[in-house]
Amino acid sequence: MPRSTVAEFTIESVRILDEKGAVDEELVPSLSEETLIDLYRQMRRSRRLDERAIALQRRGELGTYAPAIGQEAAQVGSAAALDTGDWIVPAFREQVLYVMRGTPLHKILWYAMGMEEGAEIPDGANVMPPSIPVGSQALHATGIGWGKALRGEQAAAITYFGDGATSHGDVYEALNFAGAYDAQTVFLCQNNQYAISTPRRVQSRAETLAQKAVAAGIKGIQVDGNDVLGVYAATTEALEHARQGNPVLIEAETYRRSMHTTSDDPSVYRSDEEEAEWEKRDPITRFETYLRSEDVLDDDRIEDIGAAIESELEEAIARAKAGQSEVDPVDMFRHTFAELPPVLEQQLAEYKVMRDE
Amino acid sequence: MSDSNELRIVEAVRQALHEEMVRDSEVLVYGEDVGIDGGVFRATQGLIEDHPGRVHDSPLGEAGIIGLGIGLAATGLKPVPEIQFQSFLYQGFHQLQQHASRLRSRSRGTLSCPMTIRTPYGGGIRALEHHSDSYEAGFAHVPGLKVVIPSTPSDTKGLLTAAIRDPDPVVFMEPTRLYRAFREPVPEGEHVVSLGEAAIRRTGDELTVVAWGSMVREATDAVDKTGVSADVIDLRTISPMDTDAIVESVKKTGRCVVVHEAPRTAGMAAEIVARITDEAFLYLEAPVERVTGYDVPVPMFAREEAYLPNSDRIATAIERTVGF
Repeated sequence: MPRSTVAEFTIESVRILDEKGAVDEELVPSLSEETLIDLYRQMRRSRRLDERAIALQRRGELGTYAPAIGQEAAQVGSAAALDTGDWIVPAFREQVLYVMRGTPLHKILWYAMGMEEGAEIPDGANVMPPSIPVGSQALHATGIGWGKALRGEQAAAITYFGDGATSHGDVYEALNFAGAYDAQTVFLCQNNQYAISTPRRVQSRAETLAQKAVAAGIKGIQVDGNDVLGVYAATTEALEHARQGNPVLIEAETYRRSMHTTSDDPSVYRSDEEEAEWEKRDPITRFETYLRSEDVLDDDRIEDIGAAIESELEEAIARAKAGQSEVDPVDMFRHTFAELPPVLEQQLAEYKVMRDE
Repeated sequence: MSDSNELRIVEAVRQALHEEMVRDSEVLVYGEDVGIDGGVFRATQGLIEDHPGRVHDSPLGEAGIIGLGIGLAATGLKPVPEIQFQSFLYQGFHQLQQHASRLRSRSRGTLSCPMTIRTPYGGGIRALEHHSDSYEAGFAHVPGLKVVIPSTPSDTKGLLTAAIRDPDPVVFMEPTRLYRAFREPVPEGEHVVSLGEAAIRRTGDELTVVAWGSMVREATDAVDKTGVSADVIDLRTISPMDTDAIVESVKKTGRCVVVHEAPRTAGMAAEIVARITDEAFLYLEAPVERVTGYDVPVPMFAREEAYLPNSDRIATAIERTVGF
């Protein structure tokens, strides 16, 4: 039996905006000034929301919170490429995606206050609730993308997960089903270098996570996840493919600059040097530098945007705290089934007796 | 390792692991974040330094963690994997249900799976969604699995030691909210608490209260509040259950209240009630009451206080049962 090569694969990597704020003129997507400012504003909003949330948690006013500091370009850049009809299937670190789909900031805080009200989806927002079991949501996105294909609709689904999730069977199953069923799905892996304390190299021997697509027979591509323009362009292209029934896995290489959640202490497992290295690659800093160089932003505009975000957050925090006092435990019985079965009616009555004693 | 023998539950876990690793070179610890980080609750802190090559951070995948354990056990090792939170054991449930639990029966006893799966369970810790489940009844429903839930530091060390030495797979569920709740003296060195034996925490003659894990303290507090003379039974091993301890007590008292934080329908209390009616029906003076979580998904922490049984709710049930 002779030996011959029957298949070969390559993985491309894309960067448009580098760490210093310079762009590749060939590749830069043509975006209006308004859109550019909006990308910038959402990234700043995400950053400040996370910073305020960490401070609130430290004061005991919020429960566990998973900040996305450092990952704003990967999240905002990809979501900005979507149409409103496209579904978003997030993990648990994508607060800004809900904000971009119309969830008011105080509800994001409610979720972190342990209130189910915080996970309520605005009507017609096409976004799934947060998914905490790692990688489990990728299958839901394949289901949505397949459903869209079956219904002959153009819309796609995009799902978010981290580097750790790529070790999960659910994620491979999602990629494989998507390929087999021509699902209109884009998989966005935010490789933020750590699954809690476990570094990317321990997670998998694969040279790239994008190549996890290869076994499933779908396209895989890598992008600099701290380059909002690169992520936007890569996602736009992936969505075009997906709408044709060709799913795509994007690996956005980024860095979780703060803790996994507020319960985690990164100093145990990573060095200050590494953190400093990634600070230089920060997604907001480089985008701001670029927008200044293009005369889209100046000191005044930057300050205005910042001030507007601060007052928006002040208001949201006040509103979130006010709503906390209105939590009625009876709510837990209300949404378990469409109709309250007798056994739960009985338990609800039991609860009310206990409560009123 | 701590020299003091006054330990918290989480420290008792660490000590049991350490001492068993010293005693038996085939014991192996692995799981998500158990190495460098020392586990998200620090239950495995220091083990990676003390036992080079025997403590491993794993990729993120519970089916993998459990499935690998089955293979490791087949090579003669004694895997003690950690599943970071009990709710994520569902991601490995098929490996547990289809393979680990029945390797012995499927191979007619030529193979076995002496794996101990440690996992924190339960609410009351203001956690994120999916971090507060109590699925002991689901695991107990799988033939071939042992299910153990300690409620004290001393029992934690003794039961975990027994679980690691047990020739069959054990799901060892640690009550998260009690990890650092209190200290007590824990015997240094060899300390084994046999699986399958309940502990009597209080003795009395008017009532039997059965509880386990984080509910034992709530049940004991409730008994103290009511002043009722009661046996408080800490089940400790959920499966196989110490039926005799319950039945003997109920024959003496004629009344029983069972407490667990898991939902009521098909929870372990239902099984306990069934065994009482099987073996002590004619001794009963009152219906057996269940004080449990409600049949709803564990709410997030803004509402979990209303969901979790507490000493007040248990005391009400005690008074009703005694006054029946």
